[in-house]
Amino acid sequence: MSAFASALPLVSLVTFLPLAGAVLLVFIRGESLKAVRAAALAVSLLTFALSLFLFFGFDGASGLPEFVERASWLGRGLDYHVGVDGLSLFLVLLAAFLTPIALLSSWRAVGDRVKEFSVFMLLLETGMIGVFVSLNLFLFYVFWEAMLIPMYFLIGIWGGPRRVYATMKFVLFTMFGSLLMLVGVFVLHAAHHQATGGYSLAIADLAGLALSPALQTWLFLGFGLAFAIKVPLFPLHTWLPDAHVEAPTAASVLLAAVLLKMGAYGFLRLGLPLFPLAAASFAPALSVLAAVGIVYGGLMALIQKDMKSLVAYSSVSHMGLVMLAVFSLNFEATEGAIYQMLNHGLSTGALFLCVGILYERTHTRKIADHGGAAARMPVFAGIFLVVMLSSAGLPGLNGFAGEILCFFGVFAANKALAAVSVTTVILSAAYLLWLYRRVLLGPLKDPGDPRLRDLDKRELAYLVPIIVLIVFMGLFPGVFLRKLDASVSRYLDAVKTPAAATLGLAPAPERGQTAENRAELER
Amino acid sequence: MAEAFWLIPLIPGAGALVLLLFGSRMPRRWVSWQSTLAVLASFVLSAAGFARLVRAGPDAPALAKTLLPWIASGSFVAEFAFSFDRLSAVMALVVTGVGLLIHVYSVGYMAGDKAYARYFAYLNLFMFFMLVLVTASDIVLMFIGWEGVGLCSYLLIGFWFDRPAAAKAGLKAFVVNRVGDAAFIVGLLFLLTAVGDPSFAAINAAPAAGLVGPGLATLAAVLLFVGATGKSAQIPLYVWLPDAMEGPTPVSALIHAATMVTAGVYMVSRLGGLFAASPAASAVVAWTGGLTAVFAATVALVQTDIKRVLAYSTISQIGYMFLGCGVGACAAGMFHLFTHAFFKSLLFLAAGSVIHALGGEQDMRRMGGLRKRLPVTFPAFLVGAMAIAGVPFLSGFFSKDAILTSAFAGGHYVLYGLGLAGAVLTAFYVFRMVFLTFYGEPRAAGAHPRVRESPPVMTVPLVILAALSALAGLAGLPVLLGGRADLFGRFLEGVVVRTAHRLAASSEVLLILAAAASALAGIYLAFVFYRGSPALPARSAARFPRLYRLLTGKYYVDEAYEAAIVRPLVRGAELVYRRFDLEVVDGALNASAAAARGAGQGLNTVQSGLLRDYALAFLLGVVIFLGALLL
Repeated sequence: MSAFASALPLVSLVTFLPLAGAVLLVFIRGESLKAVRAAALAVSLLTFALSLFLFFGFDGASGLPEFVERASWLGRGLDYHVGVDGLSLFLVLLAAFLTPIALLSSWRAVGDRVKEFSVFMLLLETGMIGVFVSLNLFLFYVFWEAMLIPMYFLIGIWGGPRRVYATMKFVLFTMFGSLLMLVGVFVLHAAHHQATGGYSLAIADLAGLALSPALQTWLFLGFGLAFAIKVPLFPLHTWLPDAHVEAPTAASVLLAAVLLKMGAYGFLRLGLPLFPLAAASFAPALSVLAAVGIVYGGLMALIQKDMKSLVAYSSVSHMGLVMLAVFSLNFEATEGAIYQMLNHGLSTGALFLCVGILYERTHTRKIADHGGAAARMPVFAGIFLVVMLSSAGLPGLNGFAGEILCFFGVFAANKALAAVSVTTVILSAAYLLWLYRRVLLGPLKDPGDPRLRDLDKRELAYLVPIIVLIVFMGLFPGVFLRKLDASVSRYLDAVKTPAAATLGLAPAPERGQTAENRAELER
Repeated sequence: MAEAFWLIPLIPGAGALVLLLFGSRMPRRWVSWQSTLAVLASFVLSAAGFARLVRAGPDAPALAKTLLPWIASGSFVAEFAFSFDRLSAVMALVVTGVGLLIHVYSVGYMAGDKAYARYFAYLNLFMFFMLVLVTASDIVLMFIGWEGVGLCSYLLIGFWFDRPAAAKAGLKAFVVNRVGDAAFIVGLLFLLTAVGDPSFAAINAAPAAGLVGPGLATLAAVLLFVGATGKSAQIPLYVWLPDAMEGPTPVSALIHAATMVTAGVYMVSRLGGLFAASPAASAVVAWTGGLTAVFAATVALVQTDIKRVLAYSTISQIGYMFLGCGVGACAAGMFHLFTHAFFKSLLFLAAGSVIHALGGEQDMRRMGGLRKRLPVTFPAFLVGAMAIAGVPFLSGFFSKDAILTSAFAGGHYVLYGLGLAGAVLTAFYVFRMVFLTFYGEPRAAGAHPRVRESPPVMTVPLVILAALSALAGLAGLPVLLGGRADLFGRFLEGVVVRTAHRLAASSEVLLILAAAASALAGIYLAFVFYRGSPALPARSAARFPRLYRLLTGKYYVDEAYEAAIVRPLVRGAELVYRRFDLEVVDGALNASAAAARGAGQGLNTVQSGLLRDYALAFLLGVVIFLGALLL
């Protein structure tokens, strides 16, 4: 298989196959809903199948990007340069896994302009995967921006009644961040030219620049703001509930599961390794914001009256823990953060799917309009239960494995913030189980309602794979974590060594470091 | 066969999986047999493991088996590692033994329920998690069992989920337990960071090895114990257990009396090395237990729902177990756990038989006179009542005496006094139940004309449990009777920590007499109140109206938590939500709408207003964000 994998530009295929599919769809006659849906699903499934080659072919021992492809593109360092390493591999897989699920989930919900919808979904997939595989900053920026456009249309056309408001808010927030990032890209380009005389926007090259602390500070603020909005980090979260509430289910799934991860990924890929001095000095303050977000998001989720905004606020809380772990700058926390990003993607994506299923049947997302659905939908109630427990971090399911590593790593960095973050254990149980009680348990709200039927085959087909993965990732996290180890060590070296050197500290041996890295440090 | 001990949890686990996936399509008979046989298999394996440990002698190492790696990252390592030592053996036997009887009983009790397969699936799932809990060799793996039994408790409390009270009680149980678990996790983090190895052996050895200082030991032990107050329903987190009685009665017997709720006692015993290193933490355990024992017993005095009385009684009896552990007598605490598992599940199942016979009636004010009508249930209940009351020579007498004697011998005279007072209260409330339920005239006139004894599938487990409740005490006869006595304590020697205090034989005789006297006094008082002069209870209530209201109101603890914690939290969150997440936007909306009107242009007011709102909300966010970073 490795021969097969190396013979193909696998990363490019995975990235651009959805785009090709989207182009193809334009030529299918739009009247045939069935053909459009099947074609879009087939393309996304093929993309997922290809992405599995990345997973199985990924070695991970070096910690360096693998499946690298590089070609000059626009010149002056604006190269086409892609590949995957431990930080990005699973996010690519997550996007490739959830896109067919999101498509399948909208077969009944979206009956209007299905072709355009499918085209935008596939374009979105290319954008998402492109962000994760980019190893050139300019390419990263292009994908980052490009991805906004399909999401804009998905919410703006197929969204709820206040979709215009939500789209504006979404675009305003994220465009503002992007603008700052663009300035940062220019500055880095110039800085690299000044330092070396050559042109490059390869992220690895940029990480080697010894930028002055002042410049690092400004650049970190620029990039950091863009990423923090995306996460979203408290208090920049107010766009998220609106976007989610108005977005169609499929868009909500990808927004929560993948798009939010781009913020955290941005910090891991760029924010911290490129500007390590600034990152080190801002980490404490950002940690506090992240910890506030955990509690704030949890409390807000508790009082929501709309199922979707409840899940949206739960994302604020969960991503707060991810960011707190990222800013803890140690091995366990970083692996925990990456793992928790995947877990959050699965569980929150699935929560939105479950809410969508209820909405399709009752046409209301108001919690108070529901009640007792478990009596009619026992299979759905069981699946919802597992998803909820995954999100609440029940040991044995995926959420716990990520959460406990985050707690452990955060604790090593700051005991007080760790104690604050552990409150998520209480809050997540409270808001989720309370939701479950009000929506699924209790007496049936409307016993005569014929619409409350249990899951059909299509719905099972997209929910069961998630459930299987939730259990598998909870019991065998090692399958995934072992592919992260070397990349995380390398990443932490890049983030911590310059900071330690400048502050006049000996590079403290990092817990959990591989022997290879230790040897490297000694050299 | 003993080597296969790791199958003990896995067999019911597999059974649960099959039932969850296919149970609704299986014939009932198949469901009953499959689930019961799975537990029987675990019981046989536990017995084999137990036999092996007995033969191997006290110094033999525990059986151990590491199945697979689990979570590993840097210095955090947790594995699917199981071990089976003498403490695990006792717990596994109790869990599978009582569990087996309750599975059998449930076949009769749940016969008419439409969700029969789901019930047994949950029950098997509970066995799986409970057995993981008691056979895990590291604390992180134990946490799977710990939270898993909580999940099953949630599912079974809310088994009849269309009843609002049941759904509510399940939610409360889970969330309150999560409060304890949050503390547990923080304690876990302190320990794992300091010890670097999650195995119980390493944690228990850490204080002596200097890895965990006295301050850290206290902090970690107290945090873990807060977790135990959740799971084992002690002050301050006991509030979920009385409500948990919304679940089917066999569940109350298995989960909320015999097994799950005693997990905290098991955990403290398991971590004996850690708790022994901190006298302060041990004192917290002992005092929490002692106070809970008396506190819950006073509430039990006036409750009228037969299951609620038993619930408060369970809280109180677990208090005794912690009292024992806290004064350095974990063997005594475990012994009480052992006997309590029998007599309390017996009382619950017998109460269930009464409820079953009365068509769901749980209020003792509408019972009475059932002695003759229920010829098996009544004597069984009576044996259970005598055992818990501490009537001499029944099991509860010996185990309670072991705890009280240890407290006295350790110089904890106040705790001893609390325990003795609790013993009087216990005997009183439990015989109040006996008299109200089985004696006197039937009080629900014509309501239950066709009261019939339960079928053998329910009464046979009662008889077996009654025999165990009567005789289990023989496993732990007082040492007074010679060095060969106290089999139970000697079996656990070397596994659980024990502070040896020797008492003079004469004082020990006095203590035994005091224990017997307190039990008989309580029973006598109950007789006077509920048989001798039936007007007395009402007169006493009228005489001390405030006290009576305080007790019937359960000290208003639920109300206090609601007012002091839940409501402020929700109100506060709503306020912040309106003020920060919404009002900034709405305020801006009004302002910009006014501005737009003022301008009087053909602008789309709403659109432009909204745009400005985003800008304002967004700007505020940016300012706070940058402020946090730059200040």
